[in-house]
Amino acid sequence: MNVPFDPLRVAAATGCDVAPVLRERGQREVFCGLTGIIWLHRKIQDAFFLVVGSRTCAHLIQSAAGVMIFAEPRFATAIIDERDLAGLADVDDELDRVVSRLLERRPDIKLLFLVGSCPSEVIKLDLSRAAARLSGNYMPRVRVLNYSGSGIETTFTQGEDACLASLVPSLPNEGNASERSLLIVGALPDVVEDQWKRLFCGLGMARVQFLPSRRAAELPPVGPNTLFLLSQPFLADTARALEERGAVRLAAPFPFGVEGTTLWLRAAADAFGISRFEFDRVTQPAAIRARRALDHYRAALLGKRIFFFPDSQLEIPLARFLAREMGMQLVEVGTPYLHRQHLAQELDLLPQGTILSEGQHLENQIDRCRTAAPDLVVCGLGLANPLEAEGLTTKWSIELLFTPTHGYEQAGDLAELFARPINRRTRLVA
Amino acid sequence: MQLTVWTYEGPPHVGAMRVATAMEGLHYVLHAPQGDTYADLLFTMIERRAKRPPVTYTTFQARDLGGDTAELFKSAVRDAYERFKPEAMIVGASCTAELIQDDPGGLGRSLGLPVPIIPLELPSYQKKENWGAAETFYQIVRAIAGARAPAAGAERTARPADRRPRCNILGPTALGFRHRDDIAEVTRLLAQLGIDIHVTAPWGARPSDIAALGDADFNVVLYPEIASPAAQWLKKAFGQPATTTVPIGVSATREFIAEVAALAGVDAAPLLDWEQSRLPWYSRSVDSTYLTGKRAFIFGDATHVLAAARIASRELGFAVVGLGSYTREYARELREAARLLGVDALITDDYLEVEARIAELQPELVLGTQMERHIAKRLGIPCAVISAPVHVQDFPARYSPQMGFEGANVIFDTWVHPLMMGLEEHLLTMFRDDHEFHDEAGPSHLDKRKSAAADESRSAPLPIVWAADAERELRKVPFFVRGKARRNTETFAQTQGLTQITVETLYDAKAHFAR
Ligand code: SF4
Ligand code: SF4
Repeated sequence: MNVPFDPLRVAAATGCDVAPVLRERGQREVFCGLTGIIWLHRKIQDAFFLVVGSRTCAHLIQSAAGVMIFAEPRFATAIIDERDLAGLADVDDELDRVVSRLLERRPDIKLLFLVGSCPSEVIKLDLSRAAARLSGNYMPRVRVLNYSGSGIETTFTQGEDACLASLVPSLPNEGNASERSLLIVGALPDVVEDQWKRLFCGLGMARVQFLPSRRAAELPPVGPNTLFLLSQPFLADTARALEERGAVRLAAPFPFGVEGTTLWLRAAADAFGISRFEFDRVTQPAAIRARRALDHYRAALLGKRIFFFPDSQLEIPLARFLAREMGMQLVEVGTPYLHRQHLAQELDLLPQGTILSEGQHLENQIDRCRTAAPDLVVCGLGLANPLEAEGLTTKWSIELLFTPTHGYEQAGDLAELFARPINRRTRLVA
Repeated sequence: MQLTVWTYEGPPHVGAMRVATAMEGLHYVLHAPQGDTYADLLFTMIERRAKRPPVTYTTFQARDLGGDTAELFKSAVRDAYERFKPEAMIVGASCTAELIQDDPGGLGRSLGLPVPIIPLELPSYQKKENWGAAETFYQIVRAIAGARAPAAGAERTARPADRRPRCNILGPTALGFRHRDDIAEVTRLLAQLGIDIHVTAPWGARPSDIAALGDADFNVVLYPEIASPAAQWLKKAFGQPATTTVPIGVSATREFIAEVAALAGVDAAPLLDWEQSRLPWYSRSVDSTYLTGKRAFIFGDATHVLAAARIASRELGFAVVGLGSYTREYARELREAARLLGVDALITDDYLEVEARIAELQPELVLGTQMERHIAKRLGIPCAVISAPVHVQDFPARYSPQMGFEGANVIFDTWVHPLMMGLEEHLLTMFRDDHEFHDEAGPSHLDKRKSAAADESRSAPLPIVWAADAERELRKVPFFVRGKARRNTETFAQTQGLTQITVETLYDAKAHFAR
């Protein structure tokens, strides 16, 4: 059943008036920022992530991906032990020793992140000082930076934000009198980057760069002539750091689905003075193709009720996409943190009366979810099987980070991620 | 500070979770930051448990640190009690909360809840998962069963003649390697001996069952890493003896049967005569001659490594060329087992060290954990998994114990399957130029992937040159032993002070190392 679909008709039926946000405090069932290392280390191909933490931190990273990525990974944990805590070992010396062993083993490493954890923060280990000292020792071969992925400071995707923000001060200055350039911010699969490069090139915008770059030596320059687009909704600190360097953020919804992608690209095109006619000429073929791909999944999703547990901060843009382009009904959209400014355009597009919740009280939220009995629950790995066992259908949220989902060409894949669990339910008899 | 790429064990509070999750009617309140909730997925995703672990995390944040994290902890305990109504609670701190020193035990007790609140002191910066499981189980047993302990020095009353003997099974937890099926297998063995199972714990036990542990005649310790401290305490408090044999492998199972029969005062002979494991016969059947002297490297937890070393050497006729474990607590036993086999025990939790040892030894079979499976895969060496840390594959849908006679059958199949089959190995040697039997053809019933790594890893950067014809000859050696042949030849050349290896050197070395 292919329902003809017109996003504008839906848009007319919605308003900017979003119901007040339900703010909760209680147990949170979310990963900490260390988790971002799992995708960041694949993205920046000559970077190494050294967590300074506990066995718990090491265990989290190796467990969070669900499987161990066993090709010699570019991350590790320097596990703090009782000697360090008792002051028997000099922590600086210990860190120097660990780093030198590591860099000896991995001559291919050009960028080393010291990643702070809850234990390193509680004992007030000054990793920024350590990073500066080690940079002094190893530059120019290796640059050493630091950021915090700790669970007391960061939730899941905020680890990526902290990592990218730590890169910003080392970005080169853009040359004097340089033309305006566009910077796309957020770790994206290479395939998505390449698609966007082609699109922007088609629009006549050759000066498009990406943060993070694939290699440490190719960090994009930044300055007052840099306009930037966030490709992810969780990059608040990175945006602030870029603004401090003079760069200007282009406000837009996020590039999920046809509508989000079009508005996001258009924000850049408008800023660079590209005509609507030209914009449509370049983007229409991909947009039409994407709409065709979405048609494929609409029957499975139309009218289905979806409940989001807070996890990645992608919840609001995804809910907007699913409601407006796939016709799903939003029961509750949880987010660990609501950045009103960066999400302003998204909130405007959400259907009227959408229930948003920020923060978490896990038990109460599970109660609400059970009562609502939605058709699909988006949640973390710890909750998925128990909810399935209760008869609910779930989608693991971490897959939304690991799968290419941005842009026109991936819009169908994004819809499919939500359609698959529903599809599967209908296939199984026992 | 220790540089760690992969860790064999989680922190000790994960051990506590394994105990709590295995039990019913118990709830664990853990003072921990939000990221530590990842541990739930170990149980719900890897073990595919249908229920959330019975764990409440306080998930304090940085902004709470200046304020009252203690109050946060208390309200978490109170709420968890109200919601879950457990029969008993355990309370403790993860690594971060340990640093802020809120005293979960004292706080929990101050609430005056009508159930036992058992404090756990699990030093995260010294100890690890298995230790944490053992300590937690011990604390639970002591706190709950202790109330019914007889006065010190009281004689244990003998079992009335009209009551069947009964025992407890101690040690199985959530997330254990095949614990689910080992319980079934051992329960069946004990039933065949006419012994009743009083309580199995922690697996499936409620605090009220723990309270009654002392009523059994003796304890069966399935996994010493987890159950030993509790069993020792029960011995002291209730005079309950405990088994010392772990029934993995045919001989160990037979010894186990004799041991429990003696403890229970029953006759072991009928069961021993009935014994029908297929392993001994399969191992004697002529097709198994190709297993003779297969060079095996063994690594895992102490219990499974000790058992595997015995089975490999005595029941399958392999040559154990190395063994090791991440369980430092059992280093003495492991060293002794290694000594009897004439090898060194590698006691380490450093994955890189294990990898280096395997690369150096070039075994023909690795018996290890999921970590060694990956090492072996990279080096192109066949591997079977014998121990935790576990992966989703280690929870098979089918019945698949390690213990008892059925466990021995399972072990025969899983260890032998990855190897090149007997005649196939000979054919490969005879027809090595056959285009389908070329180097990269692995066992034909297994995945045909490249296994070049084993060949390429040379033992040392020697100033030794291979003559072209010797190199060609070397390539005729089946790929799965080629790495060893190269290494042996180079070692041989070095001891002979040679700088060039010829075809002659190759065959001299072969004769020298002939086994
Ligand atoms: S929450 Fe803190 S202690 Fe736990 S894994 Fe994350 S950084 Fe480590
Ligand atoms: S392919 Fe078949 S016949 Fe050949 S060894 Fe494997 S199982 Fe045996």
